[in-house]
Amino acid sequence: MRIALAGQPNCGKSTLFNALAGYRTVTANFPGQTVRYNMSKVRLHGVTLEIVDLPGTYSLTSMDLAEVEARNYILSGSADVVVNVVDASLLSRSLEFTLQLLEMDRPLVVCLNMMDEARRKGIEIDSNTLSRILGVPVVETIASKGVGLEDLVATAIEVGKRGIRGRSPEFHRDIEKAIGEVEAVAGAAAEDMGVPARFLAIKLLEGDEYFLRELGGQPSLIKEVRRVQALLERTHGRPHDVIIASERHAVAMNIFERVARVGEPVRTIQDRVDDFLMHRYWGYIFLISILVGFFYGVFITGRNIEDPIVSAFESLIGWMEGRMGEGLSFYLLKGLTEGLAGGIGIVMPYLIPFLVGMALLEDTGYLSRMAFLMDAFMHRIGLHGKSVLPFVLGYGCSVPAVMATRVLETERDRLVTAFLAVMVPCAARTTVIYGLVAAYIGPIAALSIYLFNILIIALAGRLTTHIIPEVTPGLILEIPPFRLPVLKAVLTKTWFRLREFVLVAWPILIAGSIVLSILEYTGGDVAVNRLLQPLTFLLGVPQAVGTTLIFGILRKELSMIMLFQALGTMDVSSVMSAVQIMVFTVFVVFYIPCVATLAALSRELGWRRTGLICLATVMTGLFAALLVRGLFWLFSPLYR
Amino acid sequence: MAETLDRVSVGKRVVVKEIEGGFGVRQHLSNLGIHIGDRVLVKKHAPLGGPLLIEVHGSEVALGRGVAARVRVEEE
Repeated sequence: MRIALAGQPNCGKSTLFNALAGYRTVTANFPGQTVRYNMSKVRLHGVTLEIVDLPGTYSLTSMDLAEVEARNYILSGSADVVVNVVDASLLSRSLEFTLQLLEMDRPLVVCLNMMDEARRKGIEIDSNTLSRILGVPVVETIASKGVGLEDLVATAIEVGKRGIRGRSPEFHRDIEKAIGEVEAVAGAAAEDMGVPARFLAIKLLEGDEYFLRELGGQPSLIKEVRRVQALLERTHGRPHDVIIASERHAVAMNIFERVARVGEPVRTIQDRVDDFLMHRYWGYIFLISILVGFFYGVFITGRNIEDPIVSAFESLIGWMEGRMGEGLSFYLLKGLTEGLAGGIGIVMPYLIPFLVGMALLEDTGYLSRMAFLMDAFMHRIGLHGKSVLPFVLGYGCSVPAVMATRVLETERDRLVTAFLAVMVPCAARTTVIYGLVAAYIGPIAALSIYLFNILIIALAGRLTTHIIPEVTPGLILEIPPFRLPVLKAVLTKTWFRLREFVLVAWPILIAGSIVLSILEYTGGDVAVNRLLQPLTFLLGVPQAVGTTLIFGILRKELSMIMLFQALGTMDVSSVMSAVQIMVFTVFVVFYIPCVATLAALSRELGWRRTGLICLATVMTGLFAALLVRGLFWLFSPLYR
Repeated sequence: MAETLDRVSVGKRVVVKEIEGGFGVRQHLSNLGIHIGDRVLVKKHAPLGGPLLIEVHGSEVALGRGVAARVRVEEE
């Protein structure tokens, strides 16, 4: 039997899923889409259950891809029963979602989750009455404490077996009449699509883009829909989408008033913590401490693990070279080992602490508070509050920074944030800045690179906003109550995300590493240098630098390590001038992100957009490097 | 007296009278429980023209000033 969990964001759906799920959980994509869902097989009450965790959405309209996919999944009948997870403390709002589920006419159980929070807010719910009104069983749970889960599963199995579907409450008579009229003409279409006629009629009246598009080939039907819509708009004096939505709202409020009693909320520690976290001064002080703490936590843990692992791998390669000589087989093995080392030694040490921290920030609800506090600042560069995290993380490693863009709602924001965040100098690029600029020119020059970097990113942000304007008029974001994280949920989340890296990014890292190793063996570097001559000429750096830029794509610090090799000296300043070192470093900081980051980007945004970001970073890098070159040229008399 | 939500001072309770703006904004607000006729409490203003924090139907929602300016409200 297959059970699908559906519900709004922050309703505790994932916590519930993790509590029920076994260890064999897989993450799957909806066919051909980037929307993901988790699925797990478990044996409970003597029945093998497949539990599907649908993406959390506020409604089941055509607002975004996740909504359409979740809706289609429910309509397809793939699940034998749908469990509607509801945050009991937000019952009045959540009921509108429940009503939309009832319209779909599938076997349904309502799970009133977070009953403890509802009680804290002073909300008493009569779940028997609620069950009678909706016509489906209602089960009370506290998923974070495992309360009521047995009952929920048993009820879901029962409902699945008997196919209990409930009934969607009636709207006002004129609306029902309008629905009936559309139903009469859309019946055949509904049967073709395999959806309930009443559901289709409501969606068409709402002006649902998805269904209107699906039925685009039936002009007479669309015409009838428009006629009924116009009629409703005349009598109600409101746009048609609002009419149905407010009707649902009215029904939901009515049900809420019948089943719930709202008393005095208990003022808890959480409220007081919140006052502090979102305070106009203390909030920022705490925010900065959290960001700095998070960054150093990731950075220091990563560093301490990275160093011994990397040096172990380096001595392994040295040992192999001694045993095997410089044949092709050595280079192949070296490429493979370096690829492995890149994954184990460099990305993992930063990724694991980051993923744990990220899950904590998400699950406690601090992330949305961060967005609230930072919104005004981030708007200046065309982003909003939630984008602050990827930037901070970018100073550690770009891979988690890219993964952190997932918290953003729109594709536009994810794209722009990812583009800007990959240009933040990560730990590897910090090594280059230290190893070249600080070592050969001085600490102030190194610091100026960081400041220059922020300036360029802000500029790039403003420019990008001109090209791809913000679609949303501004922030509309739920601030969920502050919650204690559940350990199992945090660890599961971390594991899922880590597995994605291992499966997707790592193979690419290894493949890239082997290709470069072969290039080194065949002496292809000369050809590469010639190919990159226009670039090196433009930047005014030695031609031999060309290959180091290619190696830098594999791992950013290789740009510097290979520079010593390419120039044939450990003293770069004997071959390159201070200006050349500055220009080279600036370019290295901005241009194409490393292979691991590229893999993460492609996972989040697709290859086409990853290509776009590469192009944009090269342009930005070129602009920034030439700007530095130009500035030095302008002010060079001062240096002489 | 109708005014826009972004001008309401902290601690005041107001009733939503009208929501301007396109389908997307209306839908998004309605998803988070903000409809015409709903009672809203303004809880906080983020500094420097940042968003405001409101309470509606027992949940807290952050609204950017631009969005809030599209919501016409009336004092109770």
